[in-house]
Amino acid sequence: MRALAPIAAVVMALAAVPLLVNSNVVLNFLVVTLMIALAGQGWNILGGYGGQYSFGHAAFFGTGAYVNAILQVRYGVNAWPGFAAGIAVGAALGGIIGVLTFRSGLRGSYFALVTLAFAEVLRIVASVAPITGAGVGTLMKLDLRAQAMQFQSRAAFYWLILALVAASLVIARLIERSRFGVWLIAVRENEDAAKALGVNAAHVKLGAMVVSAAITAAAGCFYVQYFLFIDSGIAYGTRISIEALLTPIIGGAGTVFGPLVGALVVQALGEGAKLVAGDAPGLSLIVYGCILVLVIAFAPHGLIGLIDGARRRLSRVAKLGAAHG
Amino acid sequence: MLSPAILIPAIINGLLTGAVYALVSLGLTLIYGVLHIINFAHGAMLSAALFAAFFAFRLLGLDPYVAVFLLAPVFFGLGYALQRFVIGPASHGDDRNMLLVTLGIAVIIENALLYAFRADTRTIEVPYAYQTIDFGFTFLAVPRLVGFVSVFGVALALWLLMSFTDIGRAIRAVAKEKLGAELAGIDVAHIYAMTFGLGTACVAIAACLLIPTYYVNPTVGNAFVLVAFTIVVLGGMGSVPGALIGGLLIGVVESLSGLFLGESLGQIGIFLIFIAVLLVRPTGLFGARA
Repeated sequence: MRALAPIAAVVMALAAVPLLVNSNVVLNFLVVTLMIALAGQGWNILGGYGGQYSFGHAAFFGTGAYVNAILQVRYGVNAWPGFAAGIAVGAALGGIIGVLTFRSGLRGSYFALVTLAFAEVLRIVASVAPITGAGVGTLMKLDLRAQAMQFQSRAAFYWLILALVAASLVIARLIERSRFGVWLIAVRENEDAAKALGVNAAHVKLGAMVVSAAITAAAGCFYVQYFLFIDSGIAYGTRISIEALLTPIIGGAGTVFGPLVGALVVQALGEGAKLVAGDAPGLSLIVYGCILVLVIAFAPHGLIGLIDGARRRLSRVAKLGAAHG
Repeated sequence: MLSPAILIPAIINGLLTGAVYALVSLGLTLIYGVLHIINFAHGAMLSAALFAAFFAFRLLGLDPYVAVFLLAPVFFGLGYALQRFVIGPASHGDDRNMLLVTLGIAVIIENALLYAFRADTRTIEVPYAYQTIDFGFTFLAVPRLVGFVSVFGVALALWLLMSFTDIGRAIRAVAKEKLGAELAGIDVAHIYAMTFGLGTACVAIAACLLIPTYYVNPTVGNAFVLVAFTIVVLGGMGSVPGALIGGLLIGVVESLSGLFLGESLGQIGIFLIFIAVLLVRPTGLFGARA
């Protein structure tokens, strides 16, 4: 239970925000930020803990979004099972891609390339297939009832996405403390050595891929509930793939709170750039690209790594001071 | 139902397109062969080079076939500097970081182009754009023939460079055994940057060969680079003959699947080949090992 205490504290503090802030702009910003944090937590499980860098997590985000939207619009399925189905199909897609790639031992550059290609194939298919609404996209019906998972108030949406983020934080922490998590980190640090010690690397990576895909798919499912629209560019475009990997890397890949911290920073800088230079196409992504390069150059373990490092140095200084004093 | 009169020109046109694909892939495979990473900024570089060729024509009045002698060295320098001063130092010698840095650079270049020039598609008008030569069984566009011949010229020059010069030997040494090369007194950071520069110069040449008959917009490079990824994987990562043959093959496949399936699904055919090759034979046709 103690392992979960920091998560409980952070989530409770965040849950209080709508009680203090009434601005729709702020709440909207936070809803989008939490959604990106959720997508990023998905990437973090596979990329941060497992060291398998996916450049195409949009594949899962988009699949969750489309499955949820299509079930509701075309088949009259209720939003809640639709949401669950979106997560399940996203996880299944993760399983399929995982089996195909890890079975043939693809790593590093190859893995990044395959995931990118899958997202791109899905984007092209979604932009021509009739079931996704092709180039026009899929528009959801406005139905502001809790049964339809749509809410009048931003605060309700905020609590919903916060609950999902809280669940993802707990999952990350539980993985971290489990035997599976230790195997996963061993595979990241040295796959051959892990195998030599009897870790079934392919199975471990596959498991991480399924969990990772499910979490990112949940973010996609939430996207359509909130914005009520999806098209192939939003669903499978590079933007969401970049955001999903950028947030954990900035915050600290392979840490529980990394994606949350990273999402706050990324979104704040993106909005800041808009304020400074106006809302021009491409601007926020230029900022993202610069942050990505700068963080890797100067803070390879992310912001959480920087803070930990500073704290360690401080305590060393304090100890030295005590010894000499 | 399909007469040779349609099929043969489709195949020949596929070969002509494939040659330019091959040149883009050549740059990618060269970088992979030495640095052992995929340069995800390759497509953005191609877009940037196409814009450079476009403005060289519009503002300086330089014909693309003249501009190539200016742009190839400029992009060589750009690639060199990027690897030496940005990608190399920023990634701390870690392959995964290197991948991320090239991805970051791709995002920056592509969106800087979008920010500066908007999503508009631009073209140039050269007098020879629509000239054709009658071969009896088919007409072929002059610029595409020029492109085809030039690609093989570039490939030959590259082969000579790699085989008979000190820098070529150093590049091959680093590709084979980095530590050993370093012990033998080769400056690995310099060789990495040289390779990156050569790969980027290939992209600049490809851009000058493409621009007379093609268009430019900020994302145009992506379409090429995904094809180039396929070719490099098909031909075997790091293999130069693989890139050439793979390029021609993919050009023909695209041309034929465009003929049978239509334009947008033609691209899917390429990706399916890509995924199939990765899954069945990830080392490609000519690759030694993954």
